[in-house]
Amino acid sequence: MIEIKTEGNSIICIFEGVLDGAQHIDIPLAELNNKKIQLIGKNITSWNTDFVILLFNTFKNIPKDHITYSQLPEGMRQLLRLALQTAPKEPETAKSRPPFLERVGGWGLSVWSSIKKGGLFVCGSVASWGRQLCGKAVYRSKDFWLVLGDCGPKSMAIVSLISFMVGLILSFVSAIQLKTFGAQIYVASLVTIAMTRIMGAIMTGIIMAGRTGASYAATIGTMQVNEELDALQTMGISRTDFLVLPRINALLLSMPILVLLADFMGILGGCCVCVLFWDIPLAEYIKYSVNSFSIGHFLVGILHGLVFGLIITLCGCYFGVNCGRNADSVGTATTNAVVYSIVWMIVMTGLLTVILNSLGV
Amino acid sequence: MKKEPILRAENLSIGYEGKIIMKDLSFEIPKGDIFIIMGGSGCGKSTLLRTLTGLIPAQAGQFWVRGVDFMQASKQEKLEISKHSGILYQSGALFSSMTLAENVALPLQQYTSYLPDKIRQIVAFKLALVGLSGYEDYYPSEISGGMRKRAGLARALALDPEIVYFDEPSAGLDPISSKNLDDLILEINKTLGTTIIVVTHELPSIFAIGKNSIFLDKTVHTISAGGNPNELLKNPPNKQVYEFLTRGEKYEKGTK
Repeated sequence: MIEIKTEGNSIICIFEGVLDGAQHIDIPLAELNNKKIQLIGKNITSWNTDFVILLFNTFKNIPKDHITYSQLPEGMRQLLRLALQTAPKEPETAKSRPPFLERVGGWGLSVWSSIKKGGLFVCGSVASWGRQLCGKAVYRSKDFWLVLGDCGPKSMAIVSLISFMVGLILSFVSAIQLKTFGAQIYVASLVTIAMTRIMGAIMTGIIMAGRTGASYAATIGTMQVNEELDALQTMGISRTDFLVLPRINALLLSMPILVLLADFMGILGGCCVCVLFWDIPLAEYIKYSVNSFSIGHFLVGILHGLVFGLIITLCGCYFGVNCGRNADSVGTATTNAVVYSIVWMIVMTGLLTVILNSLGV
Repeated sequence: MKKEPILRAENLSIGYEGKIIMKDLSFEIPKGDIFIIMGGSGCGKSTLLRTLTGLIPAQAGQFWVRGVDFMQASKQEKLEISKHSGILYQSGALFSSMTLAENVALPLQQYTSYLPDKIRQIVAFKLALVGLSGYEDYYPSEISGGMRKRAGLARALALDPEIVYFDEPSAGLDPISSKNLDDLILEINKTLGTTIIVVTHELPSIFAIGKNSIFLDKTVHTISAGGNPNELLKNPPNKQVYEFLTRGEKYEKGTK
């Protein structure tokens, strides 16, 4: 039971019987201002922490010298003293939303700063590659072999499977249309040209962005969280040389091989559909494939692969190195690495297509 | 009168698969005690803590928590023990994507059916207990290391546990923050009657808060001393304990 009475400038709360937090202390907030509060316990049979939580939440904003609770049971008094010993932190005044122009300006500045940061990172990586050619870059060859193993042989199975399926789908979809003209034999040419010129590289790029680019961002991001990047810096070892360079080399070396594999598997996928579903003889398919194969298309595909490899490494490492210092940031860095890799791959494909077309390749 | 033990270990061996780090560990922790598990770096203090909290299995022996044989306990019994235990990890282990209030509210949402308003009130109270009143909406990245530890303690206290384990509470804190945390541990123990089990090698903390202790000795792979740390310093039972408690002073037989 709770009894509340006002005596002059004091409010006296008397608590009796069972106190378990189910009670209500009905004192209007306005009345609490500038009044002394006295909490008294009389014939309390039992109490629990819930009741202390109720007291705390009712009186937490009362200045310390305005409240006395010395007549409460020992345990309750101590608990309340501990909870009330620190004055609540003043809430920070909410920042008002900046005007439209200021927000646009702020956005523009942050975009410019990101471009500058990204540009510097790319330049740093190029310089690092240059230092490597002069034999001045420091990194452990063991790291290079580890990364190469991860992005090369270990990626072959997934690249093969996806490319095979892409060739299969490409063949199926095109054959349905070409069949209406009785020209399904040209499926072989279509699949060969598509896979060697661009599809093989794009599929490999997307797989590697999701697999390797994400892994680079997560690994380097975690190193940032564990202060390993700071340790490298304080030891005077270039982060770009030590972390980015072996990854660039590994992807530049493995991407052409993976693209070659993707081309082959895509053509094989197309072949399976033609032979099994459209009754095209295997020899015919091979003949048309060989006829339509051009070294120019193949090299364009390999060039795309190299460019994609560079984009994936740079995006993965950039977001890893610029990761924050908590678990969330590693997640964000990984997501950004994959998204930006794919966006830049598409942008570069567009650019390369225009350039190569204008060169007549 | 001897207090009933809240945790008891008998011939406990700890370690990882195929590797025993400490063996024949037998000790009792009375209810309401502040119990220190001390020893040099790499002696297995944290492994013992991980074993006692059920994170890794014991390699041999037995231990009882709240009278329940932990190694034979059912999933339900272990869950019940978890509800009555709180752990403060070395780094605070707060979830970085959650505010302090959300961190403290998590065990309450998991184990109780309180309404959101009641949870909010309990969270405010627990944060006030550790001196973080008004910091409900802050993220762990926005507060200092000492505050993170205190917030971690508020989360450990959320369910009014009977036992709170501390893994190196003073690690990474400046002397004042470290002392403040020690004072808070003493206050929590005195006010709530919570049993406190602390794994540490920080001497000031050991002497300031420890009522009882065990010393894990790397050289013999078991407990080589136990008792009140201040008493152990006055009457060191062996060279290892003396050197540990005096930061490496030379031990001579009969040293007092």
